[in-house]
Amino acid sequence: MACIEARALRKAFGATVALDGLDLKVEAGRILGLIGPNGAGKSTALLAMLGLTPYEGELTVLGHDPWTERDRLMRDVCFIADVAVLPRWMRVSQALDYVAGVHPRFDRAKAEGFLGRTTIKRTSKVRELSKGMVTQLHLALIMAIDAKLLILDEPTLGLDILFRKQFYDSLLNDYFDRSRTIVVTTHQVEEVQHILTDVVFIDRGRIVLDASMEELEARYLELAVTPEQLAAARTLRPLYERAGLGRSFLIFDGADRARLEELGEVRTPSLADIFVARMGERQERAA
Amino acid sequence: MTSPSDALDEPAVAPQEAAPTAFSWRRLFYWSVRRELWENRSIYIAPLVMAAFGLLGVLLSTITLPHYLRAIAEGAAKPGRLMSPYSFLAFSVMLVGFFVAGFYSLGALHSERRDRSILFWKSLPVSDLITVLSKAAIPMAVVPVVTFAIIFSSQSFVALWSTLVSLVNGISPTVLWRHLDLTTMWVVLPYGLVVNALWQAPVFAWFILVSGWARRTPILWALGPFVAPALVEAGAFRTHHIAKFMGERVFGGFAEAYSIKGDGEHTIHYITQLNPARTFSLPDLWIGLAAAAAMLAAAVWLRRRREPI
Repeated sequence: MACIEARALRKAFGATVALDGLDLKVEAGRILGLIGPNGAGKSTALLAMLGLTPYEGELTVLGHDPWTERDRLMRDVCFIADVAVLPRWMRVSQALDYVAGVHPRFDRAKAEGFLGRTTIKRTSKVRELSKGMVTQLHLALIMAIDAKLLILDEPTLGLDILFRKQFYDSLLNDYFDRSRTIVVTTHQVEEVQHILTDVVFIDRGRIVLDASMEELEARYLELAVTPEQLAAARTLRPLYERAGLGRSFLIFDGADRARLEELGEVRTPSLADIFVARMGERQERAA
Repeated sequence: MTSPSDALDEPAVAPQEAAPTAFSWRRLFYWSVRRELWENRSIYIAPLVMAAFGLLGVLLSTITLPHYLRAIAEGAAKPGRLMSPYSFLAFSVMLVGFFVAGFYSLGALHSERRDRSILFWKSLPVSDLITVLSKAAIPMAVVPVVTFAIIFSSQSFVALWSTLVSLVNGISPTVLWRHLDLTTMWVVLPYGLVVNALWQAPVFAWFILVSGWARRTPILWALGPFVAPALVEAGAFRTHHIAKFMGERVFGGFAEAYSIKGDGEHTIHYITQLNPARTFSLPDLWIGLAAAAAMLAAAVWLRRRREPI
């Protein structure tokens, strides 16, 4: 059974269509990055999966309908829907007490262990913590819950790069194992690409690309060419082209590696480059 | 506060695979109420402060108490005023409790949306039903219990203090105790608080419902639909039916509990005059409770669908 399965998922706010017939299947044990520009429908998709917003179409998460069986679902699903949603009046010790009080799968010792690596004091109130510390606290609470599915919506928004790096390292090393599934949305594509197993690009409520990282590496190639070879390279129909210092970088979808290597240096493009290439292509088509 | 939840249904160090998949609603309810008390400490602090001011007044009146007691002993003064500090304490603490409950209810489902913490609460396995019921329990159960506990302790303190003052001044404490009817107070008061809590339930349920619906200033949305028509009625027809309805709903609980024939007429003087059978067969009481249940159900429905504001 897939962890998340969506068919023709649709959601409109008045005349604005946030999700326009999304088909998606996420197997258990994967780390999926949901990537898209602002207003692409990423957050709406996550809210639907969490049973926080009604939707049209079919959606099952861990075998449950998130909207009608939300209470049941929340025993196995954890999420950080936004940064800084921890109640500001709460003390750190109260947050630990409360989550231990209501969540059967919360391992308090584990949470205390995560907190032990930070400078967060048990007696502090959330409002006294820095933004980074609030995220660390939230993550410590969430990672100590033995959930089957973890959903993170822009979990590192507004944090500095050190925190962001620490956040994803800790997620991968301390939390993830093959029995769990993680879905994460973010703008900072470069920072998540090394932890993802799968990636979905979403734009204007539709899926633009749905692939595993291995497929992505096999499919997309980046060619660096000198101006002399540029014309020849262009005949191979690149997806996207950008000028660099003295060289041009072209991204190809499903091109023959050997052909490209005749023209210049070939490497695997970064996720950010593929994203820009695919989104640029869509915008050209739309224009 | 100690943690009775441990005694509820937490398994004693169970092996990992035997960990419960869900906690009982009692446990979730207990922790939900507890976190409301963490967030809203005014629920007990405000009535405590009021009681402290009341006690300060009593301590100051120590100066005149011996003179008054001697006058009663000599038959030169009537003992009627002896009970007044007790009644004053009870009344003022209850009034503060009412305002605390009202303001709490107006923020109950509003502040969690405003500070976006609703997204945190909803990430935990506590249903909207348990959340709304735990929030409703604050004005409908916790505040009355806190009110009684504070009144009971402060009145006990005043009685003890007055007895000491008598002894120190060489007056027999029997003078005081002959006229001090605290037993009646401590039976009648909790009865009145229970009746009042049931009577006011629709008021707080309405406030909670509005707090879950209004995007801003729930107090205006909660009071506006009643105050505005009442003003129009008063201006246009010189009648006060709406105002009277509001007054009865808010303050009618004690009037019903403590009157012999209902409608606040003929106040009782003895415990034996309490008539729970009559009070609890009042249709208005049950209509109010049904309305409260319907409004809380609507609040659960709303919380399910509401997003941060």
